[in-house]
Amino acid sequence: MGLTIAEKIIADHAGVESVTPGQIVNVPVDMAMANELSAALAIKELNKWGIDKLHDPTRVCLIPDHFTPNKDINAAGIATLVKNFARKHNVKYYYEVGRAGIEHAVIPLEGVILPGEIIIGGDSHTCTAGAINSFATGVGSTDIAAAWATGEVWFKVPPTARLNYTGKLRPHVYGKDLILHTLKDLTTSGATYMAIEYGGDVFDQLEMADRLTMANMAIEAGAKAGLFRFDEKTREIVESSERFLKEKPEYKIVDPDPDAKYTLERTYDISKLEPQIACPFSPDNVQPLSHINNVPIDQVVIGCCTNGWLDDLERAADVFRGRKVHENVRALIFPGSQKIAMEAMDLGLPQIFIEAGCVFSSSTCGPCIGGHMGVLGENEVCVSTTNRNFAGRMGHLSSQVYLANPAVAAASAVLGRIGSPEEL
Amino acid sequence: MKNNDNIQLDGTVYRVGENINTDVIMPGRWCHLTDDAELALHCMEDYDTEFNDKISKGDIIVADDNFGCGSSREVAPLSIKVAGIGGIVAASFARIFYRNCINIGLPIFESPECVEATEMGDRLQIDMFDGKIINVTKELEFSFAPFPPFMKTIIDKGGLRGYVLEKLRKE
Repeated sequence: MGLTIAEKIIADHAGVESVTPGQIVNVPVDMAMANELSAALAIKELNKWGIDKLHDPTRVCLIPDHFTPNKDINAAGIATLVKNFARKHNVKYYYEVGRAGIEHAVIPLEGVILPGEIIIGGDSHTCTAGAINSFATGVGSTDIAAAWATGEVWFKVPPTARLNYTGKLRPHVYGKDLILHTLKDLTTSGATYMAIEYGGDVFDQLEMADRLTMANMAIEAGAKAGLFRFDEKTREIVESSERFLKEKPEYKIVDPDPDAKYTLERTYDISKLEPQIACPFSPDNVQPLSHINNVPIDQVVIGCCTNGWLDDLERAADVFRGRKVHENVRALIFPGSQKIAMEAMDLGLPQIFIEAGCVFSSSTCGPCIGGHMGVLGENEVCVSTTNRNFAGRMGHLSSQVYLANPAVAAASAVLGRIGSPEEL
Repeated sequence: MKNNDNIQLDGTVYRVGENINTDVIMPGRWCHLTDDAELALHCMEDYDTEFNDKISKGDIIVADDNFGCGSSREVAPLSIKVAGIGGIVAASFARIFYRNCINIGLPIFESPECVEATEMGDRLQIDMFDGKIINVTKELEFSFAPFPPFMKTIIDKGGLRGYVLEKLRKE
C-alpha cells in the first residue's frame, strides 16, 4: 500500500518499510528544538531526572525568541538559564538574540532542518518547517527533555489529510487566505492528530512564504504536521541556508506515493476566493474580507512566525509605499529573522515602513502572545498577520484580534479600519 | 452503586465547554513561570478568575471537544496538575495537550458519553484499571477508551520521566 509524505519520513526514521496510522513507533529525531520558555521547563525536568549529559548536542537547537530581547527581570533569568545550558553542553544550534530571530523562521532559513528529516520543537508552530518537505511537529517540554536525553521520541503515526487547492489566485490573495479558508471548513479540531499534506495545482503559484504560512497554521486545525512536497523553490531556500553552504549535507526528497491512503480529502477551488479574515475569538471564525463592515482598529501587527517572510514584508510595503498609517493606528512590523531583515533592507523596505509611520522592530514573538512589544489594552482592536486570536491572546481579555494577510493588514493600518488594498 | 476498591480518582466536577484553549488555561504573560505554586495560582485565570477558589484537591475537570487546543506550552497541563485537579475527562483532547498530560502524569480520559451526561458539581469516581467512570450524583456508569499499550507503560511509570530513566539504565 502506498504511503503519504508523513508516513514515508516516519517509516524511514523507524527503519521499517512501512507504517500505518495509529501505530506507535520510537524514532530518532534529527533535531529537538526549544525556545527559552519551553527550554526552561525542559532543563528543569532534566535536572529533576538527574541527567547531566545530552545524547547528541549537535541535534539540539535553542532559540530565545518569545520574551526577548528580555522584557523584564524574569525573562532575563530564563534567557540566562538557557544560554548557560547551551554553553555547558556545547549545543550546536544556539542562536543568541541578534544572530537569528524567531525559531520557525530561523529553522528553514538557516538549514537547522533539511527535507526528509524529523524535527520536534517545544512550540506548537514547529509544524512551519513542514513547508520544506520535512516532518516537523510541536511537543511539550518533557518530550524535549526526553529527546535531549535519549535522541528519540515516540510517535503515534498520524493519519494524513490531503488538502488540494485548484484554480488561479486572485490579486492580494495569499497562502494566509488559503489556510484561513481551510480553517473555516475544517474548524480548530477538524484535523486533530492528522498530518496535513497540501497539494493541488495551486502549489506552483505558491511562494515559499505562502507555503510556510500554511504549514505554520496546520496546528490551528489541530494537526500534528503540515507538509508540502519538494520543488525548485524548496531547493533554493534549503540550499541557500548557511548550514548547507558550509556543510553541504545530503538530504532526502520525499514524494507521496500515487496510491497513498488519505483519511480525509478536500479540494478547494480558490479561483473566486477573496482575502479572508479570522474574526475574534478563534482562527476558524473566518469571513471573506468583503463581509467585514467598518471595524475601526487601534493596532496592526505584521510579521512574526506566520507572515514574517520577505515576500510578506514586500506585500505590506507595496501597500505602505507613499502612504501614511492612519492617525488612530499603531502599526508594528516584525521580520521573522535577522536574515529577512537584512534582505528587507537591501530592498529598502524598512525606509518605506518608517516613512509610513510604522515601527520596524527586531524579531520577537512578543506581541503575538501578549508578552511585550505591542500588548493590547482594554477593548483595543488589532489586525494581525499572526496565527491565533483567542480571547486575551495579545493582551487584555476584552481586546479583539482579527487575523489577516500582510497586504490586508497594511491596508487596514492606512484606512484605520479593516479594509482591502483595493480601497486605497 | 457498589463499592469499588479500584477507584483512584474521586472528586467534584468543574464543567467547561468546547475548545478550551491553552491561552485561557495559562495566559502567555505567565509562561515564564516554572515554579509549581506560582503556576497553580494562575491556572485557568483567563477562563475563570475564581477557578482556584471553586476547586478542591482531587476535583475533576469535565470538558467538551478539543480541550487544550492551541499552544504546546506544557505549563498549561502542569498548572492544572499542581492546582490540585485529579484528572480531566473530555469528549476529545487537542494533540499536544494530550501528549503533555501523559508525559507529566496527569490522568486524562476520553468519554463523550460521560461528558454529555455530566454537570458542574456532580461527583465522579474513576476506576483506571477497569476503564470505568461513575457519575455518583446521577448514578450513571461510563467506559472510556483504553490507552494503547505503549502509552499505558508511560502512564504506569508516572509519566515520561520513569520511562526515560529506565531506558537509559538499560542502555
